[in-house]
Amino acid sequence: MPTPTLTIDSGSTAWMLASSALVLLMVPGLALFYGGMVRRKNVLSTMMMSFVAMAVIGVQWVVVGYALAFGTSMGGWIGWDTALVGLHGLAPTKLFGDKGIPELVFVMFQGKFAIITPALISGAVAERVKFRSFVAFTALWVTLVYCPLAHWVWASDGWLFKQGVLDFAGGTVVHISAGVSALVLAWMVGPRRDVTRGAAILPNNLVLTLTGAGLLWFGWFGFNAGSAVAVESPVAGTSAGLAFATTQAAAASAGLTWMLVERLRHGKVTSLGLASGIVAGLVAITPAAGHVQPWAALIMGALSSLVCFAAVQWKGRLGYDDSLDAFGVHGVGGILGAVLTGVFCFTPVAGLLAGETAQIGKQVLGVVVAIVFAGGMSWVIGAAVRATMGLRASEEEERDGLDLHVHGERGYHFDSL
Amino acid sequence: MKMIVAIIRPERLDAVEESLRAVLDEGDNFRLTVDGVEGHGRQSGEVEYFRGHPVHVRTVGRTRITLCVNDAYVEPAISAIIAGARTGSQGAVGDGKIFVLPMDDVVRIRTGERGSAAI
Repeated sequence: MPTPTLTIDSGSTAWMLASSALVLLMVPGLALFYGGMVRRKNVLSTMMMSFVAMAVIGVQWVVVGYALAFGTSMGGWIGWDTALVGLHGLAPTKLFGDKGIPELVFVMFQGKFAIITPALISGAVAERVKFRSFVAFTALWVTLVYCPLAHWVWASDGWLFKQGVLDFAGGTVVHISAGVSALVLAWMVGPRRDVTRGAAILPNNLVLTLTGAGLLWFGWFGFNAGSAVAVESPVAGTSAGLAFATTQAAAASAGLTWMLVERLRHGKVTSLGLASGIVAGLVAITPAAGHVQPWAALIMGALSSLVCFAAVQWKGRLGYDDSLDAFGVHGVGGILGAVLTGVFCFTPVAGLLAGETAQIGKQVLGVVVAIVFAGGMSWVIGAAVRATMGLRASEEEERDGLDLHVHGERGYHFDSL
Repeated sequence: MKMIVAIIRPERLDAVEESLRAVLDEGDNFRLTVDGVEGHGRQSGEVEYFRGHPVHVRTVGRTRITLCVNDAYVEPAISAIIAGARTGSQGAVGDGKIFVLPMDDVVRIRTGERGSAAI
């Protein structure tokens, strides 16, 4: 162990400030990614479900979220510090652990993760969920699912952390939990009326989707390379560099693989396919970013595209309507990435490839816990919201578009006067 | 006087304008109104892909042009539109259609001129 830094480290602080801003940029990136894929009548509604997390969780995190996730541990299950409620007892001069960064910077960095995670879920229920019910679900879900899970996996006293589960930047906490919850919620809300009727549903603007995918890739460097904060001091060091390189390699390899799969299956390379592949690769490398070599990231990205592509094809047969494939990409890619982390990891422990079987068992434990906990709790929260507020927009709202009925606006006016 | 309405492929608009200009332009610009429309004829939509799922698009996008001409120009205009809008040597399903409608009167708003002089 290096001697704990007692003074502020300017390089680390600068990198964590930048990373925090990069992760926040992923939220509008996700809003564009999702917003382009829905029909014109629901573009604002879909983008709002991502944007609203910045407002709602942005408040929740300061009030209680950080205290629950990173306060003093109560038996490894949940954090709590009365001084952290509203961050009122957190002095700006207080440094975070041995990292040489102000704790407030760490609070903000982690807060952006809590914001984007429920936004990921919105893709599964786009075009028919009731807006205020989704907002209520978001606030409850982050408080009751995200905060405990983040504590278990990332807090130094968390019980899964102590078991040795590796989750560098949120494969388990963010992507599996969001993906599985998305599947549960999509199933509870039911399929869109036009899916039931068999009508064609086509994206309104893939230009937005590609722009969003680009912003996600850019922001993901903060998401992954910023997550070096958990394992190294100073923070902007070799782990951050490794995570940066593996993030780039996995996204590129996954985008290329999805293109090739589409070329072989349909003879054409679609723009949505390339965008989807990029995201699938970024998801899969998230738990592994600071634990594997760049060549392993190439393999993980390629495998993620193959598996996510297959998952997305099967959804029709399984009969649930995950509108924008939040489960098919984030859930499936997250599970694959978390398990493969136990295969390819070389630091701080060796994985299956080096003949060490122990880590893969720990990774599977983390995956199973995340699936059961997030899935079960999402069902409970979803049922409570359904009983009190209803989950689904009215038939008329869904037919005419949520933008006009729920938000009183249309996304586009340039084709009519 | 006739009103000619034609539905054509969007990508053939330039070619149609060019061939119309050759027969209608008499020193000043010829008159043409263009708008985008959606629909289907014998050709039944197109197939797009959404994350590997083929999606059958019910309607296709087409360009609608509207022009009004004096009787002597009707046949040349029709021939010009056909020449510009037909794809390949034999034409293809989806190349579009031309409608010729009788027209009672034309009024130029600026001068109040009526009929053939205003067209």
